[in-house]
Amino acid sequence: MTAFLTIIVLVFITVAIWQMVKIFDLAQVNKDNSQVANDKDNRINGYLMLGFLAFIYGITIVCFVKWGDLPLMSNAASEHGVKIDNLMIISMILIFIVQTITQFLLHYFAFKYKGEKGRKALFYADNDKLEFIWTIIPTIVLAGLIIYGLFTWTEIMDINEDDDPLVIELYAQQFNWKTRYGGADNTLGKANVRLIDINRANILGLDESDPNAQDDIITTELHLPVGRTVLFKMRSQDVLHSAYMPHFRAQMNCVPGMITQFGFTPTVTTVEMRQTPEMIDKVANINRIRVEKSKKLIKKGEEPLERYEFDYLLLCNKICGKSHYNMQIKIIVETQEEYDAWIKTQKVFKNSLIN
Amino acid sequence: MSEHADSYEGHEHHHKETFVTKYIFSQDHKMIAKQYLITGIIMGVIGVIMSMMMRMQIAWPEEPNVIFEALLGRWAPDGVMDADIYLALVTIHGTIMVFFVLTAGLSGTFSNLLIPLQIGARDMASGFLNMLSYWIFFLSSVIMVFSLFVEAGPAAAGWTIYPPLSALPLAQSGSGMGMTLWLVSMAIFIAASLLASLNYIVTIINLRTKGMSMTRLPLTIWAFFITAIIGVVSFPVLLSAALLLIMDRSFGTSFFLSDIFIQGEVLHYQGGSPVLFEHLFWFLGHPEVYIVILPAMGIVSEVIATNSRKPIFGYRAMIAAILAIAFLSTIVWGHHMFISGMNPFLGSVFTFTTLLIAIPSAIKAFNWITTLWKGNLQLNPAMLFSIGLVSTFLTGGLTGIILGDSALDINVHDTYFVIAHFHLVMGISALYGMFAGIYHWYPKMFGRMLNKNLGYIHFWVTAICAYGVFFPMHFIGMAGLPRRYYTNSNFPLFDDLQDVNVIITIFALFGGVVQLVFLWNFFYSIFYGKKTVQNPWRSTTLEWTAPIKHIHGNWEGKIPHVYRWPYDYSKPGHDEDFVPQNVPLKEGEEELQH
Repeated sequence: MTAFLTIIVLVFITVAIWQMVKIFDLAQVNKDNSQVANDKDNRINGYLMLGFLAFIYGITIVCFVKWGDLPLMSNAASEHGVKIDNLMIISMILIFIVQTITQFLLHYFAFKYKGEKGRKALFYADNDKLEFIWTIIPTIVLAGLIIYGLFTWTEIMDINEDDDPLVIELYAQQFNWKTRYGGADNTLGKANVRLIDINRANILGLDESDPNAQDDIITTELHLPVGRTVLFKMRSQDVLHSAYMPHFRAQMNCVPGMITQFGFTPTVTTVEMRQTPEMIDKVANINRIRVEKSKKLIKKGEEPLERYEFDYLLLCNKICGKSHYNMQIKIIVETQEEYDAWIKTQKVFKNSLIN
Repeated sequence: MSEHADSYEGHEHHHKETFVTKYIFSQDHKMIAKQYLITGIIMGVIGVIMSMMMRMQIAWPEEPNVIFEALLGRWAPDGVMDADIYLALVTIHGTIMVFFVLTAGLSGTFSNLLIPLQIGARDMASGFLNMLSYWIFFLSSVIMVFSLFVEAGPAAAGWTIYPPLSALPLAQSGSGMGMTLWLVSMAIFIAASLLASLNYIVTIINLRTKGMSMTRLPLTIWAFFITAIIGVVSFPVLLSAALLLIMDRSFGTSFFLSDIFIQGEVLHYQGGSPVLFEHLFWFLGHPEVYIVILPAMGIVSEVIATNSRKPIFGYRAMIAAILAIAFLSTIVWGHHMFISGMNPFLGSVFTFTTLLIAIPSAIKAFNWITTLWKGNLQLNPAMLFSIGLVSTFLTGGLTGIILGDSALDINVHDTYFVIAHFHLVMGISALYGMFAGIYHWYPKMFGRMLNKNLGYIHFWVTAICAYGVFFPMHFIGMAGLPRRYYTNSNFPLFDDLQDVNVIITIFALFGGVVQLVFLWNFFYSIFYGKKTVQNPWRSTTLEWTAPIKHIHGNWEGKIPHVYRWPYDYSKPGHDEDFVPQNVPLKEGEEELQH
């Protein structure tokens, strides 16, 4: 219904614009009709330029005030996430300064030097010194950013088996995620989609003869012990997917035919994150919105929405087909004890096979 | 070169023209330019309508919509959009806007119109090739539009058509006939684009009039020249990727596929790599954004100088910046692939080259701003769109230093932040460049003027809507909202972003509807617009020395010779505030060599 109303409104606005244009046209008949800007046009548009500058600044302020708490920028839940956030904030401040100044100059000049009959522009074609300055300043600033960025990047991507991480396989398929833990030896057994045998419940194609595979644990949940470095080994069985874990500032594509990897250390448990003041506010706000929506749903005779409680998410972030928009799995970050208790309840691979 | 051009004189005047040779299979560059423009506008209308449908779906995902029902038919049962068709809209919108509107529609129109006229040539080096390139392009447009109507739906794997999604009909309904047609259409499109580019390059190198040295070329021509070179270097790589993908799809090869288990069966593919496809795709895909934006920048340089009544500031630096951008554009493609699984060290290299490209871009922006300084700005609609381009190019370009930084890209990759960035920096900017070009050279194309007041309405509403749509998108992107989601309602986490999405959609609908003002102005003025004078903007370049009426060979009598650079605006010692390029230097007058 809202959509329909919007469309009607748009149609009316179109008609209105059309009419205004016609009136405009008729009013112009006896005037200078050259269709080249005259002093009056220059004056009006010059002032509009100033107005537009105000609009740009306004929309910037509104965005930062309303949505600028950036719930995903200030509360990284992983060790390296804090570094990314710092780099992000530095970049944002820089961008903000440059944006404010250059937009001011552009629009202010457009206003200040709006054309008038009889005025002559300054014949000013070149200035090596000026051009040198605005070549060298961006160069220096960017060099700084590049170096900072590269150090951060190398550090993030450097996690490998030498750091004794918890190795977890993320297995992507249209349209869900499975996980595989290495078991007691923390080593994943060999696997290939060619070995998948649905009848025997070997759904990830593990090599049944590989001793490392015997104690692997295949689940549909993702539990991480807090403070322990995890190294995700990622596989996909069909098309490209991307494992995106925004709260941990982590993302890596899952590519059929190869194993990709990404590692990080979660630092905040799900329970702790739910209790941070920002998250309490955010969740309360979301629930307010959901209650409003539910009222409408109930009126229509449908089920109301469930109450929302915060959970970390892993979501697919590479277009992967029809249900791409709903390919998600909860991530549960918990204490080592809770994690151990959970993993004990899971079946190991050799016991899960159907013979 | 000049002798050849001079001897051409008078040749074509007695040529008999029929309706078909004049309006359809024309070999005249001015007519071909108009054909490109009108085809581009039609494709643009399709692309924009698609984007408006996408926005409505995102803002009101559960609600039936009469527009969907009317336009999508069985893809929107009871007016509720199907998830497959949403992805198809995403895909075709991207393809049409990038290739058919902003490559063919922009570069095709203005390269064809301006290259011969601004360098002082009778026509393109090969009129026949030129005609051929338009009609091949037209064929590819027809195939692309036709693909919207096939049974299983059009291609729906995103405009980047990454395999295996695009390779396997089992993975998605759009990867059947729809994808085949997409690939065929693009292969044909690339052939057209190569023919056109070769023609532009040869013409610019060989057919410049006497006195038109490379450093007296208008910046438009420099931009078209370098754009054509980038196209010739990078488009064949996409062609090869498309051909290999066709092989994988239809002939059982495994260039991009390996180890696939889908819908209960193992496929035979082994040894290929989807990452290889990503490399091949982005080897064109990244230069492509410069193929789109450089002509717009060239147009804007010209329009800003003319309407500021000032020489463009730092002419040689502008050329150097175009060359630097062109060179760097071919070695930055990996920044689209930081998290694709390629070696992280490569990521570092591409971060380095990517951030370097900000330097020539900054030079261009500063030079435009300085050109405005102490000018006598004639705020014609073309000038407004040019200033608008500088504004959106700055806003969109600056966030590039976040996306180009591999460490930061991890978290905003494939979110709405990316959508906001590239729509502002190359989508909206290039569209503004195209509009600036249309408003500025309309008199040259049609002999009539566009209505300026409609132009002002068009610009200001579009400008506000463009910011209203894309500025807030940065913020929902930073909040982690992924792109290409049919609906966000499965993620309570994103419920608080829904009001932003509604606001964005309202701006998008306004912005789309106001383009009707432009369309009306454009088509009405072809027939009823005010007749133009020969040089309405009092410009210095050669196209304005040609008669208003289009004739074969462009100039009656001799081709004008060139004695000065194209930016002698407000030069001291002259009565007028512009000195056309074909006016000889006065005694004692020095030519600027900037």
